[in-house]
Amino acid sequence: MNSTPAYYGFWQRLGRLLLKLGSWLVLLFLILPILVIVPLSFNSEPFFSFTEGMLTLQPEAYSLRWYQEVFTDPRWILAIKNSFIIGIFATLLSTVLGTCAAVGLAREEMPLRRFITALLLSPMIVPLIITAAGMFFFYSDFGLAGTYPGVIIAHAALGTPFVIITVTATLVGFDYSLVRAALNLGATPLRAFFDVIMPLIRPGVISGALFAFITSFDEVVVILFMAGPQQRTIPRQMFSGLREQINPSILAVATLLILTSIALLVTLELLRRRAERLRLAPAE
Amino acid sequence: MAGDKAFLQFIQVKKTYDHRTLVVKDFNLEVAKGEFITLLGPSGSGKTTCLMMLAGFEDVTSGEILINGRQVTSIPPYERNIGMVFQQYALFPHMTIRENLAYPLKIRKQPRQAINAKVNEYLALVELQDFANRYPGQLSGGQRQRVALARALIFAPDIVLMDEPLGALDKKLREQMQFEIKRLHEQLGFTVIYVTHDQTEALTMSDRIAVFNQGIVQQCAPPHVLYERPANLFVADFIGESNKLSGRIEAVDDQEVSVRLSDGALVRARKANCTQVGQPTTVSVRPEKLTFTDRLGNAGNQVRARFLTSHYVGEYIRYHFATADGTELVVKNMNDSSAPRLEPQQEISLAWLPQDSQALDRPEAPTPS
Repeated sequence: MNSTPAYYGFWQRLGRLLLKLGSWLVLLFLILPILVIVPLSFNSEPFFSFTEGMLTLQPEAYSLRWYQEVFTDPRWILAIKNSFIIGIFATLLSTVLGTCAAVGLAREEMPLRRFITALLLSPMIVPLIITAAGMFFFYSDFGLAGTYPGVIIAHAALGTPFVIITVTATLVGFDYSLVRAALNLGATPLRAFFDVIMPLIRPGVISGALFAFITSFDEVVVILFMAGPQQRTIPRQMFSGLREQINPSILAVATLLILTSIALLVTLELLRRRAERLRLAPAE
Repeated sequence: MAGDKAFLQFIQVKKTYDHRTLVVKDFNLEVAKGEFITLLGPSGSGKTTCLMMLAGFEDVTSGEILINGRQVTSIPPYERNIGMVFQQYALFPHMTIRENLAYPLKIRKQPRQAINAKVNEYLALVELQDFANRYPGQLSGGQRQRVALARALIFAPDIVLMDEPLGALDKKLREQMQFEIKRLHEQLGFTVIYVTHDQTEALTMSDRIAVFNQGIVQQCAPPHVLYERPANLFVADFIGESNKLSGRIEAVDDQEVSVRLSDGALVRARKANCTQVGQPTTVSVRPEKLTFTDRLGNAGNQVRARFLTSHYVGEYIRYHFATADGTELVVKNMNDSSAPRLEPQQEISLAWLPQDSQALDRPEAPTPS
C-alpha cells in the first residue's frame, strides 16, 4: 500500500510524506466543522462551546437534554413533520417527472432534446435565490405561495434535475431491442416500460429519488420565500432558531441531519454497487 | 410447402425513410404456410427493413402486407403474433431463462400451470433444462441463441422472423445452430422468414431464397435453381463464385443462345436475361463446372487459356487461368488422381457443357429489374 519506488531519494521521500500530510489536513479542514457539532450537541449546559467538564470527560457534563427538547418542543415537531411531508411528496413528484423526461430525452428521434434537457436542468444552474424569488412571485398569482402544494411543487422542480441526470446515466447504452422484443412478444408499450425498462433503470431512479429527497430536506432559500409559518421545515426552524433562541437544540437537530445524510449516502453507494453488478451481468 | 399459397403476402411494398430514396422498391413475395424463406443480400439492400415492416417496427410507405389474407400494416407490433429472434438475442437480462420463456405466455394470461408445462417443454426442446434458473448473462452465446429461439416459438406465433440470428456465433457453433433451427422447423412446422448475408447459411437452410440488391428482389427461387440458374449477373456473383466471359449474342433459340466471345470463340449457353441478337452479354460458368478438355471430350464449349497458378485447398485444388484478352478463369478440381500438373504459362483448352452456363447481362448495362 505504502510502497515507495526504490529509486526515490531522500527529498522525494520527504516530498511524498508532506503530500500525504497536506492531504490529511485538507480532509480534516473539511470535516472538522461538521464533526465538532456532534459532541457539542450532548452538552448539558446551554452553551455553544466545550465546557471544562466536557473537556475533562465528566459524565455530568454530557446529557441528552437538547434532544429531549427537540422532541418535545411543538415547533421542532412541526418542522420535522413538515420536512418529511414536503420531502416525500416532492420526491415522488420529481421522480415520476424526472424518469419520464429522461426516458423520453434518451430517444434519438426526440426533437429539441438538447434544448429541453438544458431547460429542465436549469434549476441546478440558475442561482437558487433567483429561482426562489421568481417562484414566489409566480406562485403568488396562483395562490400557491405559503401552501403545502406550493412548497412541494417548488421542491419538486429543484429535485427533478437530479433524477433526470441519474436516470439518463443508466439509460446510456440501453439496448432498445429489448423493448422491441417485449412488444414482439405481445406487451403493450406501457407494459414493456414497466416490465423491461423500469427494472433496468431502477438503480438510477432510486438514487435520483434520494438526491431529490436530500435536496428538499436541506433546502432553506425557497422555503424562506415560499413557506408560511405552517410550512416551516427543519432547516427553516434552525435558521430562525439561530436568531431567536440560541441553545444547543439546533446542534442536536444538526446531528440528526448528519446521520440522515450518512444513511442516504450509504444507501446510494449500495445501489451503485448493485447497478454495477447488473450492468456486468448482461453480455457484451 | 402446403397447398394454400399466399399465407403471407407482400404486395408492391415500398419503403423510404427520407421521402427521396426508396430503401425497398416494389417488394412482392408470396409465402406458403410452413415455408422457410430466406432474404439474402448485402448489407443495406433492404432485407432487414422488410423484416421490420413485417414485425411492425417500421411503417410501410406504400403497398400491403397480408397474413392469411388480412392486412397487418395497421396492426401494432404487439398484436401481430409474430415471433422474432433478434440479432443480439435481446433476452431480458433481469429475468431468468424460465422467466424469459414464460413472458409471452404471461402476457397472454395463460394459467400458471399451463405456462410451467409449456416452458418445461420448450426448455427440453432446446436442451436447456439445467439452465432454467440462470440469467442470460450466465450463458454462452450458443445457449443464449437457443433461449432466444425458444422464446420466439413458445407462444406458437404464425410466423417466426430471424434477423441474422447466427451472426454473433463462431463458425462451428453457427453450423450446429443451423442444424438446430432446421430440426425445430421440421418438427414444429412454423413459417420462417430468415434474414442473412451469409449465402452458405441461406443455401443449406431455405426452401426458397429471395436475393436482394438495392431494394429490389433480384431472384426468388429454391437454392439449387438460384445456384445453377442465376437470373442475372448480380445473383451469379453473389451466390457462390462465377467465371465471367464477355461476348455478344449471335443467335437465339428456345432454350439456348450462341455467344461470340471477345477472343473469337463461339459458345452456347442457357438463355437468361439477355435474349437479343447483338446484345453484349456475360457468360457465367461455375468454377466446378469448368474443366479440362480431356474430361469432357469435345461435347461442350471450349476456350483457350494460359495457366497462371494453383492453390491447394485440401479437398480440391483451385487452378487460375487467363484467356488471351486477360479474363481470369478459375477451375475447381477435386483433389484426386484426375488433378493435372501444369507448367506456368502452359496453354490449354478448358471446357464446359452449355447447360452449365448462362448468358447474363453485362455489368456496364443497367440491371433490368
